[in-house]
Amino acid sequence: MTATEMIHSTPRSAGGAMPKLLIDGLSKRYGNVTALEPTQLAVEKGEFLTLLGPSGSGKTTLLQLICGLVERSSGRLFIDGVDQSDTPVHQRDIGLVFQHYALFPHLTVAENVAFPLKMRGCAPGEISRRVKDALEMVHLGHLGDRFPRMLSGGQQQRVALARCFVYQPSIILMDEPLGALDKKLRDHMQIEIKRLHRETGTTIIYVTHDQEEALAMSDRICLMNHARIEQIGAPHEIYTRPRTAFAADFIGISNIFRGEFVHDAGRPRLATPHGIFNLPEDVSATGKGGALVVRPEHLRIGAASPNRITGAVSEIVYAGSETRVIADLGGGTQAILRLWPGDPVPQIGETITAGWDANSAAFVP
Amino acid sequence: MTMALSMTDTSPRPWRPSPLWLAVPGFVLLVVFFAFPVARLLVLSVQDAQTGGFSLASFARITTTDVYIRVLGITFKIAGYTAIFSLLLGYPLAYWLARMPDAVRGRLLLFVMVPFWTSYLVKTFAFMLLLGRTGVINDLLLGTGIVSQPLPLINNEFGVMVGMVHAMVPLAVMTMLPVMTGIDRRLVQAAQTLGASPVHAFWLVYFKLSLPGVAAAGLLVFISSLGFFIVPAFLGGRRETMLAQLIIAQVQELLNWSFAGALAAMMLLAALVSCWVYDRVFGLSTVTGQGSDGKEASGRLRLAGLALLHGLASVCALIAMPVNRLFGPRAGRAMLPAVSWAVIAFLVAPTLIVIPIAFTSSQFLEFPPPGFSLRWFETYFSSPLWVQATVRSFLVAGATAAAATVIGGLAALALARGNSRWNGAIFAFFLAPMIVPRIVIAVGLFYLFAQIGLVATDLGLVIGHTVLAIPFTLVTIAAVLKSYDTRLDQAAATLGANRLRTLFLITVPLVKGGLIAAFLFAFITSFDELTIAIFVSGGVKTTLPKQMWDDMILQLNPTLAAVSVVVFAIVTVLLLVAERVRRSP
Repeated sequence: MTATEMIHSTPRSAGGAMPKLLIDGLSKRYGNVTALEPTQLAVEKGEFLTLLGPSGSGKTTLLQLICGLVERSSGRLFIDGVDQSDTPVHQRDIGLVFQHYALFPHLTVAENVAFPLKMRGCAPGEISRRVKDALEMVHLGHLGDRFPRMLSGGQQQRVALARCFVYQPSIILMDEPLGALDKKLRDHMQIEIKRLHRETGTTIIYVTHDQEEALAMSDRICLMNHARIEQIGAPHEIYTRPRTAFAADFIGISNIFRGEFVHDAGRPRLATPHGIFNLPEDVSATGKGGALVVRPEHLRIGAASPNRITGAVSEIVYAGSETRVIADLGGGTQAILRLWPGDPVPQIGETITAGWDANSAAFVP
Repeated sequence: MTMALSMTDTSPRPWRPSPLWLAVPGFVLLVVFFAFPVARLLVLSVQDAQTGGFSLASFARITTTDVYIRVLGITFKIAGYTAIFSLLLGYPLAYWLARMPDAVRGRLLLFVMVPFWTSYLVKTFAFMLLLGRTGVINDLLLGTGIVSQPLPLINNEFGVMVGMVHAMVPLAVMTMLPVMTGIDRRLVQAAQTLGASPVHAFWLVYFKLSLPGVAAAGLLVFISSLGFFIVPAFLGGRRETMLAQLIIAQVQELLNWSFAGALAAMMLLAALVSCWVYDRVFGLSTVTGQGSDGKEASGRLRLAGLALLHGLASVCALIAMPVNRLFGPRAGRAMLPAVSWAVIAFLVAPTLIVIPIAFTSSQFLEFPPPGFSLRWFETYFSSPLWVQATVRSFLVAGATAAAATVIGGLAALALARGNSRWNGAIFAFFLAPMIVPRIVIAVGLFYLFAQIGLVATDLGLVIGHTVLAIPFTLVTIAAVLKSYDTRLDQAAATLGANRLRTLFLITVPLVKGGLIAAFLFAFITSFDELTIAIFVSGGVKTTLPKQMWDDMILQLNPTLAAVSVVVFAIVTVLLLVAERVRRSP
């Protein structure tokens, strides 16, 4: 980068420290279709940020804009404060782990991993040393001479990771890297990626549509919907304090009770078809109404609480570590609650009443 | 549980014929009328004409005068150059087509398909009109005063190369295209995110992965070019005489069988050696599209190849940098479509020259025509010779198409249903008539037909053409069957249909498009086939291409243009119909 470029643009995030990656109004349109609305996003050095959202929410577009595979319609992009908006793909200091690995079929595992080093003109001795280290880091040191098609899906995934980590890009993007693996292997690879992140300290931006994966791995989750960012926050923050009904519904299981405000003894409460409920204390009632989000684990059968719902048990789902009860509240609405340990299992058809602590619920407009 | 029961059932099962039996009719036909005559031609070449004993006299004769050695050298040189130039022109076009969305590619591909199926005679005739001493190009150049003497564009190496490359680029493109569309484009993106410049990403990843297609195209073009005689006969001079022309002369004028056999054997040998080399390096499966990925050459050879590509990429990157800086990246991006459209223009435009000339009012082949008239079409349709030839061509092509579709269809079904380890070998055998130079098949068949009285008969023609058409019908129908969901047949079976009813009520209606397309491809193959017709259709029993060939040798006249337009129109319409039904079953 030239010095003039450095001088001309050194944006800083709110905290004052320079963000690793700053996205300033980046957007993408294809004719009339908006793939990504103008978006603001700052990612700190060493952070593990997940772009989470349903398909078509714009997360892959954002990823491709960051690495330069797609041309932006507007906005700018800064890495370490340097404007990289017009830098071609191969000169950005970014690594991308592809959804289906994109390993070169005509190169051996070792040659695949050596490819980025070769492109950077490293000396042969250094290449072989770093390839060896990278393959050992993903426990594949013995398979360097194989061709990718001879490896299992999980092994190919590790090669893709090694090929990316080997040249130590300052930001690594991962596009649903575990999507093609089965559940068991996926859980294992999640831990593996977390370990690589911790050991190398790189900044990782990870795309997934799997909310459990996002909750398990991220420092922060950037939830996307309809080509824009819905909410950004730490996993527990997004889970406990969703800001929109979409966020509440997409992450985890939610019971959402929609209603209008009523004032009752000076305190605002929410009148819903299933009862009038207290709002969490930190919520101020502005506007006409909204919805209460109650997680299944906060609902307890027979709890003595002013916030109660009543319904007939329609299904009991045993899921190993927990048992869920589905109750029909009438009017086509169902509530899902988690049976507390030690509580008796209700019968199907039995009418139950369950309550929650007002402060355990979240309010969304 | 019925599964388990039938597994342990010890009573003899009713005999169910293997699906491979369906390939038997085609197999027998090809053994008798392809493998046997070609093999015998080879034997003939090492037999003494009088005693029938073993003799290398014919081969000795080839080496005694340098005429034959020279012709052999010329043939190899022309075929080699044709392969190189066809690849150079075809690669950008195929690359461009491969990047198109499927629907667009299907349409643009017609610009390749129409020249591919257009008769060599029509194409060659068009080039004679264009490149001749008094042809269109020289007319224009002289008229505008750019040159004062007509340029020698024909009856020399230039003329032959233009004609050959024009004839072979479509084959090259159509061979490379499936390999290119099969390349995962994300690999190129991956290379770029890993730090490769676009130039490096292309050479090290895309080009490397497209190499099997390039090699297959080079092989097919080279082998097809070895047997060419129409283009060198009309566009070349004395010094561009090719092997096939010598073979024709030996058979037709000198009746020297064993020597013709020796020459054909040389050609076949050259073709087989090329195939063998290709198989060593890439594996033949990439030609037939049967196998998945080609062999990965091992060890030092592979590393040398990679290093070579690396060097190539670096050189190209060095060239690309100043070019990009000079003209901007936008100009670079416009290059590919520009080159591709130029190649398409080269493929399509020359043939169209026959249209205005067919409607000329002049006695002569002049351009632009002085006036409009239908007189040459009248001459065509009022000449019993031409009309009979046309009718015969239609009948022979119809019979050929029916036979080749049934035989090729059964073979395709056998290969799709059967799961034998012989599948690959059978497939290769059925495709062999496409690989072995036609002139070799034609000479072999002529010799056989002369003994069993099939020369100058329609049956002989149909048999010969069916042998040539079977590879096309097999490939077309096999492609449809590949995407056919066999569970539909299983469903029909569970619902109570036997095998025959399943075939006619379920399978055939669903692959109808492929069958019609196969029929039409076979029809076209026969309709403008000349090589076998030259030998087998004699005297009054001539076909349309044979009649054209005779006329072109005697004297060029506007009637030929009228005939060319008719042939071109028929073939183009049939092709468009075939492509349509193939796409929308």
